[in-house]
Amino acid sequence: MADGLIAELQERVRAATAAATPLVIHGSGSKAFCRPTVTGEPLDVSGLTGIVDYEPTELVVTVRAGTPLAELQAALAAEGQMLAFEPPAFAATATLGGTVACGLSGPRRPYAGALRDFVLGVRCLNGHGEDLRFGGQVMKNVAGYDIARLQAGAYGRLGVLLEISFKVLPLPEAETTVALELSPAAAIERMNRLAGRPLPLSAAAHIDGGLYLRFSGSAAAVAAACADCGGAVLTDAAAFWTAVREQQHDFFQTGRPLWRLSLPATAAMPAIDGADAADWLIDWGGAQRWLRAEAPATAVHAAAQAAGGWARGWRGVADDRRWPVQPAALQQLQHRLKAAFDPAAVFNHEADAAGGT
Amino acid sequence: MNATAPHGNTTAAAGARLGEVIAALETLLPAESVIVDTEPRRVYECDGLSAYRQLPGCVVLPNTIAQVQAVLRLCHEHRVPVVARGAGTGLSGGALPIAEGVLLSLAKFSDILEIDPLARTARVQPGVRNISISEAVAEFGLFYAPDPSSQIACTIGGNVAENSGGVHCLKYGLTVHNVLGIKFITSDGELIELGGQTLDSPGLDLLALFNGSEGMLGVIVEITVKLLPQPPVTEVLLAAFDDVGAAGNAVAAIIAAGIIPAGLEMMDQGITRAAEDFVHAGYPRDAAAILLCELDGIAEETRAQLQAVEQILRDAGASDIRVAADAAARARFWAGRKAAFPASGRIAPDYYCMDGTIPRKCIAEVLERISALAREHELEVVNVFHAGDGNLHPLVLYDVSQPGELERAEQLGGRILEACVAAGGTVTGEHGVGVEKINQMCVQFSSAELTQFHAVKAAFDEHGLLNPGKAVPTLNRCAEFGRMHVHHGQISHPELERF
Repeated sequence: MADGLIAELQERVRAATAAATPLVIHGSGSKAFCRPTVTGEPLDVSGLTGIVDYEPTELVVTVRAGTPLAELQAALAAEGQMLAFEPPAFAATATLGGTVACGLSGPRRPYAGALRDFVLGVRCLNGHGEDLRFGGQVMKNVAGYDIARLQAGAYGRLGVLLEISFKVLPLPEAETTVALELSPAAAIERMNRLAGRPLPLSAAAHIDGGLYLRFSGSAAAVAAACADCGGAVLTDAAAFWTAVREQQHDFFQTGRPLWRLSLPATAAMPAIDGADAADWLIDWGGAQRWLRAEAPATAVHAAAQAAGGWARGWRGVADDRRWPVQPAALQQLQHRLKAAFDPAAVFNHEADAAGGT
Repeated sequence: MNATAPHGNTTAAAGARLGEVIAALETLLPAESVIVDTEPRRVYECDGLSAYRQLPGCVVLPNTIAQVQAVLRLCHEHRVPVVARGAGTGLSGGALPIAEGVLLSLAKFSDILEIDPLARTARVQPGVRNISISEAVAEFGLFYAPDPSSQIACTIGGNVAENSGGVHCLKYGLTVHNVLGIKFITSDGELIELGGQTLDSPGLDLLALFNGSEGMLGVIVEITVKLLPQPPVTEVLLAAFDDVGAAGNAVAAIIAAGIIPAGLEMMDQGITRAAEDFVHAGYPRDAAAILLCELDGIAEETRAQLQAVEQILRDAGASDIRVAADAAARARFWAGRKAAFPASGRIAPDYYCMDGTIPRKCIAEVLERISALAREHELEVVNVFHAGDGNLHPLVLYDVSQPGELERAEQLGGRILEACVAAGGTVTGEHGVGVEKINQMCVQFSSAELTQFHAVKAAFDEHGLLNPGKAVPTLNRCAEFGRMHVHHGQISHPELERF
């Protein structure tokens, strides 16, 4: 059945390229809000489902792009394994294709790695409708350019994902979260100091005056780390981290514009007009910071840049102001690379006009 | 053996363009940074794959980013190819020069620019040796994780170009997982920065693409790496098995138990005996295969894992299990494994090292297939295996003085890599394609896939000036076979451990 669907997709892509008709690749549509707005004929890959191959002892799983994230996570959990980048789903219907295309990673990211770090291989269609495989189902593979990882966070601009192979990891035996009262500045310092020590840290976030530290590993190691770091054990820790990851936490329940700042983990809190400490949520051990603010987009971008990072408007920010302006040479390179995969610019092509990802 | 450089065909026009470039270089760079005399140029005629040799048209050793930009602009203007080179320790001929081209050495970019212990990052120049980073940050309790066997000599720029691994990459990842940012110069001389101190960047992930791109997309002039806290405790176990399949099952059982060892190595009987005879590590000579398992981390966790692994090995039928009591014993356990390549040099006049990766579950089947192929080619093969991540290094033993053996060894090597691909693996796990495995790329990838690679290359380097002819074969012509041939133990950089 998958073969028939793939043949149909190939035909659609070839026709689109021949006629230069833009396509909008979509799975369940659960993350349409976090990619640049695109228009065109919908190209539905949600029918392309199923786990193609899963060998727990190889630490590798291959899935079709339309497979629901939840389905894969359940299959992995049944074998005591997980996607270590802890991807947010933002909806029960989220698919792996969309997750990879958006390049989303959760609270474990600074300690375990990003989504792209766990992508081992892809099967995809380029703008010519050719069925291509890059990378593979093995951990170590340096044959050819790493086009598989390049698909992570590409928002479908380089082609239609058909299958993805991931490295998976064992679920930790034990997990405990402790909470300490600290100011944002003190929390940033603490998160970074702890990350430089051999502790089984798997998440570190600061919200509303509280620093939350999650430790994952053997029971003995987790207990030792908790004793070392102090603080109060959080009872509903799994729900807490889910709420942070899925943006269901009270912090995100706002009609105000929401920004994501990717900053050096040690950067001081940027000063933004009209935003106080309660308007920030610090995750990823200091490297990812969420901001609720009405400040002008130019001010947020400038503040992020001054802090050594970059900002993107996540919600409630006009399309043409969401992304930072990239240096011209880099922008041209990105356009040429896109054209190398998609010469007629049919894949999610307005994404390019937005300049950013 | 005579090497055939992919771009060795001399044309008068290419020579004339090179002449113009050399004349201009002598005004752009200080005299000591441009090498045109034949003898000093010989130093650069090969990398760690010494079977391939080609004298470069000239060698430049810039020491500033502006000088690299000037060199690349000049070469771009005159359409003269450029091959970047670090320490020249690569095993796939990735830094093989071009007769009518410029060899751009980054040896003078050897400074660690900044260490930020709190942020756990180091900003370094590409010519910094891999091990120097860990040495420089040790005082902060940190280290740089990827540790290719050549780490005392290889440079970080080359590591990024090859996406180097090491024995610890199952747990700590490859170079791509440990690099936060780079600055590179495009083929037409533009300086571009990717990533840096943040965990991600807007736009396509060019940083991921650059790792392992073999110097074909740009010249890297600065790198920011991630540093990790040093594990306080390390344990090493050695287990002997009467059957290769049982050893493979033990590896799977360790992983199935939720344990990710820092290192997990397998050696077959041939290489175990050779290594034991060479360094007397105490390996059991009668074992069909031995496993080395290194665990590291927090004391509590490592102790628990050690007990678990001992039990798993016992259950898997290990005939002998030993735990290293101290650092000296750990070093002894590792000594045989690290001496595997030179040890093969003692049991045969010549050997050549392959670098396939296979799904772990296929190990017994692939080793059997390799034995069958070896019999067919009337040669012996011994095997070392990064069992944790499926990276297999078969060592084909031969004697170049016996007529026909070299050719048979080459054929056998090609067949072995093809067997790796057939098992669902890849032709190169960590050494790179370079010029060495360019033929096998035709086996692993379809024409459409190779064409896509060429299109990526062209997006960065329209005129094909950066390290042309490497890594990706043209559709109508795959380069001549050739691999890491070692004659009578004479290898470039004999001082380096290779494993």
